[in-house]
Amino acid sequence: MRLLTHNMLSSNIKGVTNGFPLLIEAVKVVEKEVDFNEDFLKNMFVKVEWKALVEASRTLGYTELPESAEASMLDSDEFLRKFHHALLELHLEDGALVCPETGRKFPVSKGIPNMLLHEDEV
Amino acid sequence: MLPKIARIQLMSSHPQVYDPCDDSFALVDALLADRSNLIKHRPSICMEIGCGSGYVITSLSLLLGKEYSGGAYYIATDINPHAVTVTRETLESHGCHAEVVNTDIALGLEKRLARSVDVIVVNPPYVPTPEEEVGCSGIAAAWAGGENGRRVIDRILPVADGLLSDKGWLYLVTLAANNPLELCLEMRKKGYASRIILQRSTEEESLHIIKFWRDSDVLMDANERVTVNKTGNGMASESAAFSPFSIWRRGNQNV
Repeated sequence: MRLLTHNMLSSNIKGVTNGFPLLIEAVKVVEKEVDFNEDFLKNMFVKVEWKALVEASRTLGYTELPESAEASMLDSDEFLRKFHHALLELHLEDGALVCPETGRKFPVSKGIPNMLLHEDEV
Repeated sequence: MLPKIARIQLMSSHPQVYDPCDDSFALVDALLADRSNLIKHRPSICMEIGCGSGYVITSLSLLLGKEYSGGAYYIATDINPHAVTVTRETLESHGCHAEVVNTDIALGLEKRLARSVDVIVVNPPYVPTPEEEVGCSGIAAAWAGGENGRRVIDRILPVADGLLSDKGWLYLVTLAANNPLELCLEMRKKGYASRIILQRSTEEESLHIIKFWRDSDVLMDANERVTVNKTGNGMASESAAFSPFSIWRRGNQNV
């Protein structure tokens, strides 16, 4: 599971007011190279919640992202490369995503998060 | 050179996962036929709901490929835990990157991806079955559609409506038994134009692949109809608005 996906996931448990971002418990992290695509990064930048991405990348062991970011930084190749790496090349293979309000764990196994809710959580 | 799609020899499989079949091939054929429109469309985020073996999402990723420099974020979901594993394996064997999430339709993704997905493809469980068969998590989840085969489709459409961007396109596989015309009329009320882009009859099924897109004219018509109803002049314009031919719109030239 890439951090781009983590940035798009939230906890939908009944009663939760703000289920984003999910906390990460990392058991196995893998780095996988992906082709660099500037247009893609610029498109995604608008959608990404930056703070959540920074937090998540730190949990996975990557500390290069600046605390805050703005659109003008997209002109810098160095910034783009760091953004690319954090967003697309860090994979949580095994671990869990944790609801920030209830502590309920959504397992991640072989890179696939399980967001299915139990009957009493819907 | 023909555009690439998923290759059967590279597909992963599992006894509890629906192997690609006529409906999967029909959907991919429809996407292939629409390929130049899709490339011009420059989707940023593409999603498959109910990815099964991964045949369709893999094919979509391959046929859009590196053709346009924007690239896209591909994401696939399935309620069946074996299906998500098989999809991941199929994607890997084709060298494709896509994210896979084990979830019910798009649960967990809906908030952050609201109004953000540019292309959604769905080959839903459309077979008319007894109601009890709907919603089991095994392989029957791939086909069991309850009354008129509509139970899961009717749950998927509002979710898709929430996810689709302003320029978003939805491709949906249906059977004649699902009453595609009624589906199109219901989507029309939400401001979608539609067109059957591929029709294929096999021995057992009559498949209709429908493409939906937001159309401001359709949305205006839908809103006007509500106003007219309130003043009590509904009857005459109702029948005109629901004329079967008025919903097949060309609208945007690219669709």
